[in-house]
Amino acid sequence: MMTLDKQPATLSASKRPRASKRVLRESFIGWLYVLPALLMYAVFVLVPFVLTIVYSFHKWNGVGLMTWVGLKNYITVFEVPNLIGTIFNAFWLVVWFSFIPVGLGLVVASVINRVATGRFGEMARTVLFLPYIIALVAAGIIWGWLLSLSGLVNQILSAIGLGSITRAWLGDFDWALSAVGIIGIWVLLGFCTVLLSTAMSKVDPSLYEAARIDGSNWIREFFAITVPLLKQEIGVCLTVTVIFALATFDIVYVATAGGPGNATSVPGLQIYILAFAQRNIGLASALAVMLMFLVVVIILPIQRLNKETY
Amino acid sequence: MKIGRGEIFAGRTLLMSLMVFTILPFISIFLTALHPSGTVPGGLDWPADPQWINFVEAFKVANMNTLIVSSLRIVLMVVPLALVISTMAGFAIGLLRIPGSGFLLTLFVFGLTLPFQGIIIPIYVLERAIGIYNTKFAIALPLIALYMPFAVFWMRAHFVNMPVEISEAARVDGATTWDLFRRIQLPLAQAPIASLGILMAIWTWNQFLLALVLVEDPTQRTMAGALGAFQGHYSTNVPLLCAGTIIILVPTLLVFVLFQRQIIKALLQGAVKG
Repeated sequence: MMTLDKQPATLSASKRPRASKRVLRESFIGWLYVLPALLMYAVFVLVPFVLTIVYSFHKWNGVGLMTWVGLKNYITVFEVPNLIGTIFNAFWLVVWFSFIPVGLGLVVASVINRVATGRFGEMARTVLFLPYIIALVAAGIIWGWLLSLSGLVNQILSAIGLGSITRAWLGDFDWALSAVGIIGIWVLLGFCTVLLSTAMSKVDPSLYEAARIDGSNWIREFFAITVPLLKQEIGVCLTVTVIFALATFDIVYVATAGGPGNATSVPGLQIYILAFAQRNIGLASALAVMLMFLVVVIILPIQRLNKETY
Repeated sequence: MKIGRGEIFAGRTLLMSLMVFTILPFISIFLTALHPSGTVPGGLDWPADPQWINFVEAFKVANMNTLIVSSLRIVLMVVPLALVISTMAGFAIGLLRIPGSGFLLTLFVFGLTLPFQGIIIPIYVLERAIGIYNTKFAIALPLIALYMPFAVFWMRAHFVNMPVEISEAARVDGATTWDLFRRIQLPLAQAPIASLGILMAIWTWNQFLLALVLVEDPTQRTMAGALGAFQGHYSTNVPLLCAGTIIILVPTLLVFVLFQRQIIKALLQGAVKG
């Protein structure tokens, strides 16, 4: 392209028809490279996305005829406490899966950067990251056992003299959802810590040195330098973990199956039950559309926060 | 650096306790797995007579050999194909900058925000319609498609940073687009392709929802999908369940230990650029 531009005007003018033909041919070839990926993506992601929206306006059991019902499914989601409740549960999980891992991850990352820059810090990063790599189903099973009546959590509580509060945590109406939240912290803390500490290690050390010469302590350094400079990475952490929280399925499916009652039921689980156990495709799809809408609505402002910094 | 002793001590104590919080669950299921099958031991009780046989037992009752074959088959279908098509797409969008690149990129990135559950119902309906439901392809095909947003985005990020001079020099020498891709760019893209491949292999091994919905026979699923079914059958036999869980964890942990750098880098950069 550049060589063409440099040619004298007369030459390039006479060549223009052929050149544009070549450009056309090249972009055609270029599109051929995208085609396989685009085709797969269209068939198994984009079309299903549109179909979910279509289903959500119908009453359908998956085999018979579809009947148009307008907004009825959406109204049902809002009216039935067990359905709209799943969305409130998802919001509560955002606190545990997102706010706590990101907040704690920031603290841990800055601790690593201050007092454990060597081997010890490297080991801490690796160890904390482990739960993020394993199957979420496995995380659910492991914690299902730890939080059970005779599990490790109660054993530790008894050992430190808190025997009176032991219970089957995942079977307790008041505590089950927060107990699921603990699983989320376990899975996501390492991801946030490693992402944030990697970003922190790239911050110009002279900034910290200057602050320390001024005698600022950890807390001032944390809020005056670390947090503002890491705005973008914090945004990334929030995005990933919020999507993770709203879309939880595996952990809840194996650890509680939504129980007790509907105390830990989340949209992902309810979609599965409505569609594949109760054959209520329309209602399940309406909940699915609401879930996807919710993700976008929450993610967009976080993304904007990212852009403002740059 | 002037950091007080107290602060160093406090900081390291915090790190230590969080490491214990992370590791204890693994230790607990390991110790539990060594107790006699069918008993309910305490979370950290030392097994008086370690029952290594539990691992053999779990391997047998969960049909692990069939399962490993089926999981590997799915991984081997998904990873190479997904790598080829996403690398080609990333090459066209990031390096050739074909007309419509911006639109294509946005289209793929949109997929990053979609939870799998949002589109699982039509995928199920579609698979029944075209006859791949409950077959070898049931999990693999949609999984390839679901990886496209991350994979294309990741490969594009590599190609967009390649210096233009390399391609221009090749063009001057009369290289076709295919030469440019196959001979020049592909060898330079080995590192990001490898990281992406490792990540997708782990994700496939760990995939649960698609396996649960699209394949009826647990032994034809991915490892994680089968573990869900195994839990349904043996939820009361805690030592056996823990042994089964460990068997499924070990391969992922091994891969992580071996390829730690690439995995962490890919996950972080993929996320940051996302």
